[in-house]
Amino acid sequence: MSNSYVGLRAEALESLLIEKGLIQIDQIDQTISLYNERVGPMNGARVVAKAWKDPEYKKRLVEDGTGAIEEFGFVGGQIDKLVVVENSESVHNVVVCTLCSCYPWAILGLPPRWYKDPAYRSRVVKEPRKVLEEMGTTLPKDKTVRVWDSSAEIRYMVLPEMPRDWSDLSESDLAERVSRDSMIGVELLGLDRSA
Amino acid sequence: MDGIHDLGGKAGFGKVETEKDEPYFHEYWESRVFSMTINLGDNTDRFRHAVERIDPISYLSDTYYGRWLGGLETKLGEDGLITQEEISEHMLANGISDEGRVAARPSERISKEKKPQNSEQRDNASRPASTEPRFYVGQTVKAVPTGSDGHTRLPAYVRGKKGEIVAQHGEWVFPDSHAHWLGEMPQQLYTVAFSGSELWGSHLEEETEVRIDLFETYLMELQDE
Repeated sequence: MSNSYVGLRAEALESLLIEKGLIQIDQIDQTISLYNERVGPMNGARVVAKAWKDPEYKKRLVEDGTGAIEEFGFVGGQIDKLVVVENSESVHNVVVCTLCSCYPWAILGLPPRWYKDPAYRSRVVKEPRKVLEEMGTTLPKDKTVRVWDSSAEIRYMVLPEMPRDWSDLSESDLAERVSRDSMIGVELLGLDRSA
Repeated sequence: MDGIHDLGGKAGFGKVETEKDEPYFHEYWESRVFSMTINLGDNTDRFRHAVERIDPISYLSDTYYGRWLGGLETKLGEDGLITQEEISEHMLANGISDEGRVAARPSERISKEKKPQNSEQRDNASRPASTEPRFYVGQTVKAVPTGSDGHTRLPAYVRGKKGEIVAQHGEWVFPDSHAHWLGEMPQQLYTVAFSGSELWGSHLEEETEVRIDLFETYLMELQDE
């Protein structure tokens, strides 16, 4: 598909931009490397693992997400204000952007395709339980489902609940188990998803 | 504007299709379009508005980075940097026929507005407060029932609905003016909680809620009705 019309058109635009001196090829390459290598859900997973291990940190994270992630020094995908929403026994949080595809790049990287597709964007505000169930997550009827529609420059990340039997794991082991989808809010951790 | 992009609550799109171990970019050109857009980015609101004006059929069939290319082409054209005709001519010169693609419908409102000479790289959109917030946390408010023919971040599905202010975020750059290069005009931003039954009726799912960030002029007091 690299010869697709849209691909060729992108190539033409790139040549013109370089010809006119509006962009440098190195700049284009460097940004791609940054997002492919250094910006991704492993960043958010570290934040979650730290919050699970350190109650003081968790408190700061939920009160002031922007300030609390500063110490990690994540590069790329600027977030103007980060709000971290905590899952609990009574509330499950899930994040969407119905108008475009706003997503907390600095901590989760670039979003998966389904997050940007019309099906998720149109449905999750209206029938979140059904959407989550189709994606493999069934929530108890009495648990409130809270959908965060990222319509301004505030970005949202879900702080998932830690499965009880993970409590002996180290922070770095925990970070390896925190999935991207659990931080968007479409997955509960600790369930055997292969079953 | 009431464009195809305003998808909240629309029906007919089927199941959410996920992909295991998905790469960030599925095609080489997607990474190029992503990076060009980021590096040329000087007004995210304006770029979003360019994407919103993509022909609805293309919007749904182009996939995400195809929409970005359309938005970027339109924005570059409207900012006077590169026209869509130039891109087509460049392709023709390399033996690639133009399929007559129009990246996005030109907006009459947009075409009259010019990029300010001193526009700078985007910084944080939060601004120091210069006004007192009109609403308070805990207050029940209503989203205004009307939309806008230009850029707006008030989705159709909350218009005219009652919700409760649950957070107040100070002043932020107002996308509805900034997208049109009409200045930042910062205003108060709130998170408003709407119950699922208020939005969709009580016959759907129980115990659901949507929380959304809305600017002050998108909201009104109940007695203003």
